[in-house]
Order: sequence, then structure tokens, then C-alpha cells
Amino acid sequence: MSTIQIPSRIPLDDYSSVIGAGEVAELRTLANPLVGRAVTMINSTAVGGGVAEILNRLVPLAEELGINIRWEVMTGGEDFFEVTKAFHNALHGAPYHPQPSHFEIFRAYTEKNAKRLRLDSEFTVIHDPQPAGLISYRPQNSNHWIWRCHIDLSHPNPAVWNFLDTYVPHYDAAIFSSPEFAKQLPIPQYLFHPAIDPLSEKNRDLPPEFILDVLARYGIDHLRPILTQISRFDRLKDPVGVIRAYRIVRRYFDCQLVLAGGSASDDPEGAAVLKEAQVAAEGDPDIKLLELPAWAPLEVNALQRASTIVIQKSLREGFGLTVSEALWKKKPVVASAVGGIPTQIIHNHTGLLAHSVEGTAYQVRFLLSHPEIAGRLAERGHQHVKENFLITQNLKRYLTLFLKLGMPS
Amino acid sequence: MNSAETPFEFFTVAYLTRIGNQSAGNLEELLAGLEQCSDASIFHHTFQTLSSHHFLTEGFSNDFAQWALAEANRDALAEQFAALDIRDYTSIAALRADLCRVLRDFIAAFPQFTRQEALDRFYFCESLEVTAPFALQAATLNEFRDGVASISHASFHFHFVTSRLRLQLRTNDFSHWLADSLGLTSLADTINRIDIYTNTLDTARSKMLRLVDRERRKHEHDSDPQPNSAR
Repeated sequence: MSTIQIPSRIPLDDYSSVIGAGEVAELRTLANPLVGRAVTMINSTAVGGGVAEILNRLVPLAEELGINIRWEVMTGGEDFFEVTKAFHNALHGAPYHPQPSHFEIFRAYTEKNAKRLRLDSEFTVIHDPQPAGLISYRPQNSNHWIWRCHIDLSHPNPAVWNFLDTYVPHYDAAIFSSPEFAKQLPIPQYLFHPAIDPLSEKNRDLPPEFILDVLARYGIDHLRPILTQISRFDRLKDPVGVIRAYRIVRRYFDCQLVLAGGSASDDPEGAAVLKEAQVAAEGDPDIKLLELPAWAPLEVNALQRASTIVIQKSLREGFGLTVSEALWKKKPVVASAVGGIPTQIIHNHTGLLAHSVEGTAYQVRFLLSHPEIAGRLAERGHQHVKENFLITQNLKRYLTLFLKLGMPS
Repeated sequence: MNSAETPFEFFTVAYLTRIGNQSAGNLEELLAGLEQCSDASIFHHTFQTLSSHHFLTEGFSNDFAQWALAEANRDALAEQFAALDIRDYTSIAALRADLCRVLRDFIAAFPQFTRQEALDRFYFCESLEVTAPFALQAATLNEFRDGVASISHASFHFHFVTSRLRLQLRTNDFSHWLADSLGLTSLADTINRIDIYTNTLDTARSKMLRLVDRERRKHEHDSDPQPNSAR
């Protein structure tokens, strides 16, 4: 395990300009009884991925509120991360036949990490399956252990879930991102939505000239409508389906399509999906397939802000925070009704949901024809994110959980 | 201007959403859920959801209405659910009884829809409440105005909407205090009539502040020395 130091910090008061001084005062009020009390967050990576992104923001804010919070990252060899990656995919429903040795590897690294870490905080929050086994090493007098599961457990591989299920009931509580993802468990289960940081590079306001510069760099015309999907090149994000929907829209509107995701060079499946998208896009210079560097938050931010409509046509989804990112930027969104997306897109209120290529195309055409409706949906979508999916709300939920668990029974 | 003997104490509130073990895929299961779920669950899907979706001022009322419309495709039922105004209720038991009555009436009228599967299931959740005093009190109308202007959405909703369940009265904390402690019954009544369904929490608060300001001006005017008497 290694304790993570976070170099760049945004003071809590800076969020007043976004959420209002009353909301910040409320966080301070709620945190008062928790000042000085120990919290440990444990996950499996310090960089990359949504969990690290959230902890990077959450931990310093909790620290500023006077909570004695630490963020620890589990260490392991390649064999451990191969096993946990396979577990992760299997819990999402991918076919997988685990060998007994896989479980042994998981147990061995859990034990190694348990020996290196102080596990005696009043509140210990374990993120995702990788460190879930640490519950076996819970000191007798340590208080509250919480398992925060960020993944969709609605259709897990039974062998992997049965293994995990030997650990999870020993926690005091579990947290899921959607009621759909929850399991029948003997412990209380809570709903926490994932969150975006409105002041991060990916979401903060950008100067218009920077946005134009990014468009010019990628050969995108800012004078014609831009449809955008931001997500890695993954079949579950259905990039080819997005291209098919765009081709239908093109019969009615002179628009462009941007599909932007992380580089697929070190991901064999990603490279294959990118290739499929390239074939589907062939012959249309208005389709831009952009392989962004691994971490290009400002470019993603600029592309989302430049978009006329943002699409998220996933076939399956965890929560799909790119939807919240787009809504935060007051963009009308057309998205599939899968995973956590309907929580963010309340149909006809904060965006439009679709269930097929044709449906997606129709909703995009409808919004291009009715910009005033698109604007109204986008405005409400922004309010929805402000109220429910910002990092400050996430912090408030953790404070509330700690207060509830820490109350004398 | 009057100073109250009992000051208004502002509280803040936070809710934890607990995922229940019940879900419903059709109207029959929804009715079973409505009959059996906890009071905290009824509260969550009516009072609490109005707070977290306060910015939706057209056609969003409670989770049951939204599910009936968007997932079960039963517009008429959605309208009936949406027509239940939580301000009419001072107990969860009465609200639950009316939710069940609406659904039973619909099922009796349209039995063919009772077991028709919805697009997505309804998941019963519960709200667990944590309250904390804000270290903010008001004894005068001016202090009250400053307090209302500075509190969070959750705190405003707590005092203005969910207070009915606590007070067991068809009023809210603000109106109750204005009438009882400052004797401003007319202001209290007008504030109590602000529509929480067609206003966001922000616009409801703005309306309330405008009403308070008008009352303050009236008092300032009343206490101004008359030109004639000054001579």
C-alpha cells in the first residue's frame, strides 16, 4: 500500500461560486461532529479511472473540513492485476472461468497489503472488488467498514460474485451507484451517485478562443452543427451505431460527427473497435475519429462545449459520467436508456432517451429542429447535475453516512 | 420592529438514500410495494424527490407518477399520482393511503394493465435523515430575512416543505414562526400559499424574500415620523 499525496488542491470556498455559499456552509456544519475523526479510503490505482478521479477531489475537500482522512492504494504484481481485471469484466457479465489459482493470487496479495497498512481508522471505505478481501483483516476494535462498489453488479458472473460474496456481508454497509446494481445482502445498502468536479480541467469554463483552437486543430467546422460522443473505443459504447445514427441525421441536416476517446494503441480490443469505426466512417470527411492522449481533459472539455448535441449511445453502461459532464456544460443530450443514464437523463425533462439507432437519429433530428426545446432540456440538465452529481454532493453523502454510522445506537 | 421571545433556529438536513429490498415491475407489484414499504420509503419517493428535482417545474411531482408515465406508459395513472399534493398531508400514513387508493382505483378500472411489464422496474428506496443546527438564529424579521437568504436548498426544503410532517399542521416552519412569534399572520398565510410544484426552490425562496421585504418596508413606513407631527 502507499499513501497518496495530492499536490493540486481546490479550496472548498472556491465552490461557493458554483453551488452557493449556503451549500458550502452546510458542508462545514455537517462536518463539525466529524472533525479529527479518522477515515481511510482504499482503492487500487492512484491515476486513471473514475474512482481515482473522484478520490483526487474528495480527499482534499474532506481534509479541509478537518477530517483526518487518508487515501491508500493497493499494490500488487502483474498477476494480481490480471486476475482483478478479469474479475472486473466478469462482474460486469463477461464470460470467465476462474481457476482456483486466481482466487489464491487474490488472497495472497490481500494478505500482503493487509500487513503493510493500518486498518484501524474509525471509518474505512474500500472501493471496488480489488481490495474487498481486506475486510478479513479488520482489527477487532475498528469501527465501521464500508464497501463502495462502483461497478454494475446486476448480471455478474456467478463464480466471481460467489467468491466476492464471502467478503461483502462482513462489511457494515455497501454503497452502489444505482438501485439496479445492488444485490440481496444482509447489510444495509446505500445509493451514492458518482460525481464530477465542476472546477476540474475537464469541466471548468474555457475561453472561447481555446475552444476554437481545439476545433481548428482537429479540422472541425464551428459554423455547422457538431454531434459528439466522448468515450473510449469499446463495442459497449457502440461507436458504429453512432455513425449509423449520424448518417440518418445527415439526410436532413448538414452536420458533423465527432467520436473522441482515449488512445486505442495499447488496447487490442480498442484498436479493433476503432478500425471498425474507421471502416464505417469511410468516405465522409465530416466524421472525425479522434484518439486523444490518455489524459486530455481540456480537449475533452472543449469538444463537449463546442458540441451542438452530445450523444451517449451505450449498449451497457456503469453510470456514464460523460452524460453529466455534457449536461453540466448545458448541452442537450441524447442517450441510451441503460445503466445509470436514466438517472441523469429524465426523459423529456433533462434530455432525451433512445433505445435504437433509429431512435437516436430521430431524437437528434428533433433537437436540431427545435433548438428552443434543446436549450430548455440543457438548462434543466445543468440544474440536475448541480443538485445531484457534483463532487460536493458526493462529499455530503459521505459526511451523512459517517454521521449515521457513527451515531450511538 | 418586534423581536421574538423564541428565536427561529435554522437547521440543515442531509439525507442518505438506502436501497430497499423491494422492487416492482408492474402495477400489481407496485401496489404491494406501496402497501408494505416503510414510511421512510414513501417519504423518499414523494417529499424528498421533490427536493432533489425541484428544478423540474413542469410535470414532475413524485417518483410514482414519473415511473407510471415513463416506465409503465400509463399517462392517466401518472396524472392521478401527480395530482397528490404533499402539502395536503401532515402524516405519511394519509399520503400512503391516498397513493394506494389511486392505484387500486386505476387497477379496478383497467385490470388489463395490472400485470403488464414496465420498461424498467421501480426500486423502493428510503431516506434516512440527519439534521444539524446551522448556528444561525433569527429574532427579528430582518434577521429572519438574512437567514432565509443564506441557507442551503436542503435547509429551505426542510423548513418549508417537510416541516408539515413534524408540525402535523398544514403550514411550514417559517409561517408558523412568523405567525406565532412575530404575530405576522397575513405574511405567514401568503408565504404558505407559495406553490412548490410550479416554483423551483430558488424561485420559491425569492418570492418569499420579496414578501418579507414588502412587510419590512411596511413596518419601516409605519415607524417613520409623520411630517405633520414633526413640526
